[in-house]
Amino acid sequence: MIPEFGHFALLLCLPMAVVMAIVPLMGVATNNFLWMQYASKLAGMLWLLLLFAFISLTHSFLISDFSVNLVALHSNTALPWYFKFSAVWGNHEGSLLLWVFILASWTLAVAVASRSIPLVMKARVLSVLAMISVGFLAFIIFTSNPFERSMLMTAVEGNDLNPLLQDIGLIIHPPMLYIGYVGFSVAFAFAIAALLEGRFDADWARWTRPWTNIAWAFLTVGIALGSWWAYYELGWGGWWFWDPVENASLMPWLAGAALVHSLSATEKRGVFKSWTILLALLAFSLSLLGTFLVRSGILVSVHAFASDPERGLFILAFLFVVIGGSLLLYAIRAPVMKGGTPYALVSRENFLLINNVFFSVALTVVLLGTLFPLISTALDLGSYSVGAPYFNAMFVPLGLLMVFVMGFAPFISWKKLSVLKSQFRSWSICLALAVILSLSVIRWLSHQYSVDFNYFALLIVGLSLWLILTTFAHALSRLTANDMTLQAFAQLSLSYYGMVIAHTGLAVMVFGIGLTSIYEAQKDVRMGVNDSVAIHSYRYQLRGIETVKAANYDATRAVVDVYHNVTDTGSHLITTLYPEKRFYRASRNVMTEAGIDASLTRDLYIALGEQLEPGTWAVRVHIKPFVRCIWLGALFVAIGAVLAVFDKRYARKRKAIETRPLTTLRNH
Amino acid sequence: MHPIRKQRLIVVLIIVAGSSLAAFFIINALQQNLNLFYEPSKIVNGEAPTDRQIRLGGMVAEGSLKRQANSLTVNFIITDFAANVVVEYTGILPDMFAENAGTVVTGFLSESGIFFAGQVLAKHDENYMPPEVAAALESATLSSARPGN
Repeated sequence: MIPEFGHFALLLCLPMAVVMAIVPLMGVATNNFLWMQYASKLAGMLWLLLLFAFISLTHSFLISDFSVNLVALHSNTALPWYFKFSAVWGNHEGSLLLWVFILASWTLAVAVASRSIPLVMKARVLSVLAMISVGFLAFIIFTSNPFERSMLMTAVEGNDLNPLLQDIGLIIHPPMLYIGYVGFSVAFAFAIAALLEGRFDADWARWTRPWTNIAWAFLTVGIALGSWWAYYELGWGGWWFWDPVENASLMPWLAGAALVHSLSATEKRGVFKSWTILLALLAFSLSLLGTFLVRSGILVSVHAFASDPERGLFILAFLFVVIGGSLLLYAIRAPVMKGGTPYALVSRENFLLINNVFFSVALTVVLLGTLFPLISTALDLGSYSVGAPYFNAMFVPLGLLMVFVMGFAPFISWKKLSVLKSQFRSWSICLALAVILSLSVIRWLSHQYSVDFNYFALLIVGLSLWLILTTFAHALSRLTANDMTLQAFAQLSLSYYGMVIAHTGLAVMVFGIGLTSIYEAQKDVRMGVNDSVAIHSYRYQLRGIETVKAANYDATRAVVDVYHNVTDTGSHLITTLYPEKRFYRASRNVMTEAGIDASLTRDLYIALGEQLEPGTWAVRVHIKPFVRCIWLGALFVAIGAVLAVFDKRYARKRKAIETRPLTTLRNH
Repeated sequence: MHPIRKQRLIVVLIIVAGSSLAAFFIINALQQNLNLFYEPSKIVNGEAPTDRQIRLGGMVAEGSLKRQANSLTVNFIITDFAANVVVEYTGILPDMFAENAGTVVTGFLSESGIFFAGQVLAKHDENYMPPEVAAALESATLSSARPGN
């Protein structure tokens, strides 16, 4: 009965969301405070119902109730409980249920945490969020019911979860990514509410900023987790493939990055208002586009669970309504917006503008590269694919130029740069230090891996160090400006520290990307027992091959010793790796589990290909210098973005408005 | 000029200059990295170029997968059941690669008609067929079913 209760709760959500989309807006139109206040109550009820539906489905998965079709198709009695749990969103229907549940959670969070926002604004924001819920609820209920019962009851053990998804990274990657994707709906709703109300002031930007930052931080972590997972589970050592599905998540991220920065200009200086609104609309539209690309089955991908034309059509229609509607509203209302105060050519305003140009160009590159093959196929111009070299050719120069400019950014003041001698001194010192440090890093690496000195690596490492050094130099100058005391540390705002951490994170990421891409080494070889392969200064030796039996798979496991050659003293054993080839019994799928020895400066990586003859395997070995820096840097970026949210100025203003009497609130 | 106008002009100029420069590079890079998809029939008919990277997709013919001794080089035939193309690839094949299963390979067609693949893709799970392969098979079956063809 529990699945039926869950289904019933899900069905109830739709009319409730419809009411929530309409009544608060009617309240705004008729100036009825009671109706406006319904929005928050409905948000709570909607969340509870969806929580119940989600728990019901989870329960069915955990007890392996195979009378529910979805469970029979995507789970197995032999799975450990945490994979049964993650199997809930390891399929199309369940992942959509997670999507709407997260949307309801964001809606509830807005309802609870936005006490400082005028009721009119809040009612509009919650209404817009409810409209999005209506779209997705209708999608689930009419095309993708997760609670459907199986008529035949044939499943005894279940079809099993796709083995690729049986992984710890995949338990957390989808929820993180969804929280990010869906989180942009809040910025979107705020933008729509602003357009409806004709209110685009610093307050609006201050309300929108924390939500955007948090959503963007989650998206950052989600993408990084996906990259990490692909690296050890799918990618044979690659960490980014410019696969359309990856691009689908990168596009809202790029728009979000631009939005996070332009919001700060709008909040502090009241500039770029219409651009900021447009970006907020764009970020969520791109999230929807990503959902469409991934869920419609037009892409070849591990993420494309089901290719059902009806579903694709529904999302496409929804996409048109959302993007078309919001852009129409924007076209009608945006001219009302007034520009802020004027600023000079060299000013933080223009630096933030440059930042936005960078992100917009990057976004265009990805959008074009991702959509071109789809458009040409749809128009029957031939079936193309866009190779990774296209993206690399664009992203490498763009990224490096951006990192260089970023080094100056914190020093540039609002409105107009007041050129100080001390700034030029800081920049020169940073530049000199970056050159010296990167020279020594590259020389050490060349020696370590016995390869030629690489000038391109020098450029990349130099620029990433330049960014770290200038960022810290600026922080130092701010701290010493009013004596280096504990008080000085406390006086700098949390959003400033957030910037420092996020920019440093980006530098660490660039550092990792550059060194991994340039100094990585890879070899595909035949290996029998006792064979060994040398790569850089490491040597991998196959000691033996054994068979392993686990609950839901059988595996062949190789035992591989890795030695490091230290110049004259000979080689010594560093670690033993155990790469596996798994055969999953229920789904009859074969899976590769890489053997990895991870450390900050390098990953040793080995994966089994196929058995060539008894006892002899095709094997891929890698050395990946500094590959961990990529994900570590991404984590810093996310931490920085979240830290900025806890800035006192968001909390202080909140209190100030709470104490204000209700009558001073704007209403129409 | 009025300061606000001047400021707007600068902004517009930055945007125009930046976007046209970007557009130039983007289109340039895109042109060089487009890989067109071909079915085996088209390749056998001589419709595919030999001077640029292309993609080829279809089913791996049964019994065609042969591994060369003492290396990682493999040969197999990709078929759409109307025409066959011999493919050579050196490296590790993906887990889901198998005879009688769909695959898409990226690489260069040689003058001799052998396709040298740099990358081999196979579907991610049992129930999934690359749409391009499905379309290729469908069109090949349709044309071979036509009488006199």
